[in-house]
Amino acid sequence: MFLKISTTYEPATDLGFLLRKNPANLYRADLSFGEVLLFYSVATRSQCEAVLMLDVDPVRLVRGRMGRSGEALLDHYVNDRPYAASSFLSVAMARSLRDAMAGRAPERSDLAATPIPLQLSVSPLPCRGGAALVEKLFEPLGYTVQTQSYVLDQNHPDWGNSPYLTVTLSGTKRVSEALTHVYVLVPVLDNAKHYWVGEDEVEKLIEKGGEWLHSHPERDLIAKRYLKRRRYARQALELLDERFAPHQDENAEEPETEDLLEQPLGLNQQRYEAVARMLEEKGVRKVCDLGCGEGKLVSRLLQEKHLERIIGIEVSSSELEKADRRLKLERMPPSQRARVDLFRGSLVYDDDRLKGVDAVTLIEVIEHVDPERLGALERVVFHTAAPRLVIVTTPNKEFNVTFENMMPGTLRHWDHRFEWTRNEFEGWSRGVCDRNGYQVDFRVIGDVHEDFGGPTQMAVFSR
Amino acid sequence: MRTRLSIPEFCLVLLVGPTGSGKSTFAAKHFKASEIVSSDACRRIVSDDESDQGATSDAFDLVEFIAEKRLAARRLTVIDATNVKAEDRARFVALAKKYHALPVAFVFFIDAKTCHNRNQSRTNRDFGIHVPRNHLNALKRGFKRMRRSEGIRQLDVFDTPEEMAAIERIERTPLWPDKRYEKGPFDIIGDIHGCAAELETLLRKLGYGVSSEGEEGLRTYSITPPPGRRAIFVGDLVDRGPRTPDVLRLVKSMVEEGHAFCVIGNHENKLIRKLKGKNVKLTHGLGETIEQFAQQLDGFEKEMLPFIDGLISHYVLDEGRLVVAHAGLTEDMHNRASGKVRSFAMYGDTTGEIDEFGLPVRADWAARYRGEAKVVYGHTPTPEAEWVNGTICIDTGCVFGGKLTALRWPELELVDVPAEKVWCEPIKPLEPAEQASDPTSIGLADVLGKRTISLGRGGRVTISEAQAAGALETMSRFAIDPRWLIYLPPTMSPVETSEREGWLERPEEAFEHYRSKGIEAVVCEEKHMGSRAVAVVCKDPGVAAKRFRSTERDGVIYTRTGRPFFSSEVETAVLGRMRDAIDASNVWAELSTDWLCLDMEIMPWSEKAQSLLVDQYAAVASAAEIGLGAAVEALSMAVNWVDGLGGLLDKTQNRLSAAHAFRDAYNQYAWSVDAIDDLRVAPFHILAAENRSFTDQPHSWHMDLAAELAGSGGPMMLVTEWKHVRLDDGAACEDAILWWENLVAKGGEGMVVKPADFVVRGSKGLLQPAVKVRGKEYLRIIYGPDYDAPEHLSRLKRRGLGRKRGLAIREFSLGLEALERFVRHEPLSRVHECVFGVLALETDPVDPRL
Repeated sequence: MFLKISTTYEPATDLGFLLRKNPANLYRADLSFGEVLLFYSVATRSQCEAVLMLDVDPVRLVRGRMGRSGEALLDHYVNDRPYAASSFLSVAMARSLRDAMAGRAPERSDLAATPIPLQLSVSPLPCRGGAALVEKLFEPLGYTVQTQSYVLDQNHPDWGNSPYLTVTLSGTKRVSEALTHVYVLVPVLDNAKHYWVGEDEVEKLIEKGGEWLHSHPERDLIAKRYLKRRRYARQALELLDERFAPHQDENAEEPETEDLLEQPLGLNQQRYEAVARMLEEKGVRKVCDLGCGEGKLVSRLLQEKHLERIIGIEVSSSELEKADRRLKLERMPPSQRARVDLFRGSLVYDDDRLKGVDAVTLIEVIEHVDPERLGALERVVFHTAAPRLVIVTTPNKEFNVTFENMMPGTLRHWDHRFEWTRNEFEGWSRGVCDRNGYQVDFRVIGDVHEDFGGPTQMAVFSR
Repeated sequence: MRTRLSIPEFCLVLLVGPTGSGKSTFAAKHFKASEIVSSDACRRIVSDDESDQGATSDAFDLVEFIAEKRLAARRLTVIDATNVKAEDRARFVALAKKYHALPVAFVFFIDAKTCHNRNQSRTNRDFGIHVPRNHLNALKRGFKRMRRSEGIRQLDVFDTPEEMAAIERIERTPLWPDKRYEKGPFDIIGDIHGCAAELETLLRKLGYGVSSEGEEGLRTYSITPPPGRRAIFVGDLVDRGPRTPDVLRLVKSMVEEGHAFCVIGNHENKLIRKLKGKNVKLTHGLGETIEQFAQQLDGFEKEMLPFIDGLISHYVLDEGRLVVAHAGLTEDMHNRASGKVRSFAMYGDTTGEIDEFGLPVRADWAARYRGEAKVVYGHTPTPEAEWVNGTICIDTGCVFGGKLTALRWPELELVDVPAEKVWCEPIKPLEPAEQASDPTSIGLADVLGKRTISLGRGGRVTISEAQAAGALETMSRFAIDPRWLIYLPPTMSPVETSEREGWLERPEEAFEHYRSKGIEAVVCEEKHMGSRAVAVVCKDPGVAAKRFRSTERDGVIYTRTGRPFFSSEVETAVLGRMRDAIDASNVWAELSTDWLCLDMEIMPWSEKAQSLLVDQYAAVASAAEIGLGAAVEALSMAVNWVDGLGGLLDKTQNRLSAAHAFRDAYNQYAWSVDAIDDLRVAPFHILAAENRSFTDQPHSWHMDLAAELAGSGGPMMLVTEWKHVRLDDGAACEDAILWWENLVAKGGEGMVVKPADFVVRGSKGLLQPAVKVRGKEYLRIIYGPDYDAPEHLSRLKRRGLGRKRGLAIREFSLGLEALERFVRHEPLSRVHECVFGVLALETDPVDPRL
């Protein structure tokens, strides 16, 4: 990876004093992940161009000596890290240009404090968010942004463009501030860090970002991407406000597409309410939420006094962990703790723990099951466990046309294996009834559209 | 005085007697220490003090817990406690019944004085004589009842210490069903119901000599079995049909001659009650039997009753591999004895409901069956005998106009003869076995938690809880239907690292690897750079429905992690092409099968790995070319006036060339697929077919057959190049090395070296089934563009293969086991447990570059 710093300020060779590197020499220094080199490709009175080059050692990267984040690098053993501009570049800058970034230039201290015409070029810059994001990040700081894109593979024109850009920033800036901008914003564009992001990074961001970050229109995104964790990002933004002036906070979370589409309807909430009411109406005492995800429904059902026992079953380890955090089972008082349990389980394996519950709920779950495995789900729930009540909700595909932001032919969530029209859902439900001796009632959740029905369809099976 | 006693080999022994009566000494003399569960010892475990009466309740919970674990595992257990009160004994008798163990009691009426003296001489027993005296009184009070009605099946009384001491040996006799030492071969014959004519025909068809005297209905028989073979009758010899007495005479003579075994059916049970004068309704064909009995000579009933009455519930044969019971038997009842076992064996599992035909509704025991032993049974007439989870019902309704079926053991071959007529109208239509039970049921308990899988070939593989949890998610969310998932291929280790300069992998080490293990010959197979796939191809949809119990598809192609390889349209088309190839070859007939499971490689790589290629490989090439290109440009300018940049420029130029080479390397394996015939499918293992796997065949057999298949297919089917190499033949090895060098020079991935035989066991267990030797350029896409720069290569050579190889062996064993279990018609859950295990092991972190 590669950073070029050039100026047309005369005498241009004064850049050597500002960077504190003699244009006639090659500078090199060892870093934990390779070597940083700095040399000048041009050094005349009218133009001076310093090149900072990073020689990342690919073998050392994979050997897993990079701390906890080393694991992430191992995921893809051949990766772009040895080549792409990333947080490695920032570390290399901090190492080789420490004084320049701090504005220390004993031989030219006035010049260091003076904005001069600068051009900085970073290549190849992995840019999650495209050239537009580069402009959004650098233009507010007063740069003219030029980006060059590349074809990904000449042999395969259909593969499109390379995700890497060469970005050239031109502006009249102090050397120290320009370097700092690059230092902070390259890892933000890359949206990855090669090291474990700890709390000390918050202070580092405040120190480097200072005032310009405080007033930057994309400060939320910058803080979030730079610090990786929402907690740290919030902390950083609060600190910025404390030290500078308060700032209007906008949305903090990026919700999933399905939530985003359905958000205005408050659908999730309506589904939970509908389920809770139905369980009460049917006199259910023991319920199992199959495919409980992060335990939102389980947590909602805990408020229902009439439920003696609530079991959440989920297959995904990460969802189970989230559910555990949400419910705080460890800290629950014993009488409440006895009412609820979370288990690892699956929709397609018979499960003895389902025996003896009055009701099983499958809330927005069946559409995550391959159609071919629905028979197994049917066996597990309706044949083997066979509780007296089963509640199933699933999206109504017909309703999708009313979502403004939805591309035709797509589904509401990337992992949906199918979405059903009302007819399809009712057909499946009646088949389940015939095969397993249930009766079914259909309900609608959400506001009904006269042609397309409700956003969510609910089937209540009983026997 | 008695010197010997005998008890059943599996039973629950209660020692009954006052404190100090010498129970523990007696037990220690005749039983293994681990067989004895002592209340005193348990009291000590829970309270540190064996005389702490306050701990008695906890101690007995522990006694019961230990006894329960032992009985569940079918181990003889001795309860060493006073057991003088009825309520104490009742608790253990109930436990024995729960696990179908016969309760046996040894009662010690030793006088209180003797007991007291003995207690005096021991620490911790400084209580008065009233204690043993009270014990004795309690014992005497309850003794009559104990003898009569407590459910204790064998009771031996000792009145003096001398009588106790006189016992030299307690023999253990096998239970009646226990014929594990009888290894067969057998011909197991389904429900006959008086169909003597069909029985005669079937026996002849099975190769038995049948000679008889007398007219039909009054016939006597002399049967000569083929050498070594014996018949087993699953019961229901009688009722409904025309010639029950003939059938009884035939079977009785065979059993008495030692040519047959016979278990009791529910119809025999009812007949016994009738013959013993009980008031029994003459329904369900009993009326016909009684009429036919009336035609017989005097004394017929008297002669038959002891035979029928002596029939036992079930047999366990062939080292426990085979269980025969009339209505089937769940695993927890095999080789055990209780009223419940007998009743289950005769009537099966019923829900207690009665259906619209007035018949009991049968429950699903076969669907839940998980046992290793095959259970062969009758009782429920079905149109065809079919395997369900390692069980098979061979009642094919002969008396209702179906057929009389026999199962040959161990061949598992079905032999049948049609009914001569409908002897009896069925009350309800015969329903296939599948409808009666759901064989596809797999429980969470079959896969989750820490598990040890025992392998049929010996040894076992352990799956940790965490590994299983990881696999559960993949299996539930992404894998294909388990009915089709009968095998997963193992991971493959690379060859030992080459010491030669500039190389990471070379064929020499592969040959040396196997040579050092005593292997004489290997095969070298071209390694295609595509994606590993397993295919199951059925001849027609009927086969899919029958053998795989799936009507959704007639074959499958899945990845090495069990996911569908293609979208369903493409899969159908590819399977169609493969089926055409098999049809055009002679393979269906050659292997006498109507389905095949193949191990193969599908190309191009880009077909399955498109996103990996674009997001990862092309991206890396692009980043490298852009960055290094810019660096070369800047260095070329700087080199003119900055000292010491020459070396750096050269190095950077080399890295740029490596980036180009990297791009070329992956482009070898990426082409666009516009039509099915742009795909390439290269089979290399013919894994299994009906009733057998082919892992006992050498690789040359597999490669020849794969070539035959590929050769008779269209352009999609690809023949894999391979060579047989004798390791002691230096020239042949040189030749193979040259061959490999040519392969990789043309852009090939490399080759796979395998022992000539599929499964080879060395002195330390299984050998690696294969090692791969990858080409120099191919390794670029594995280790990165610059991997072969000397400063990198020297470090990359320090790689450990142990973990990868350990996994390869364990996954290989599990894959083989899955296939074996599938072809032996074992329960689907037992097949699934193995493939699940492979997936679980794959969750282990291993250097992905190996």
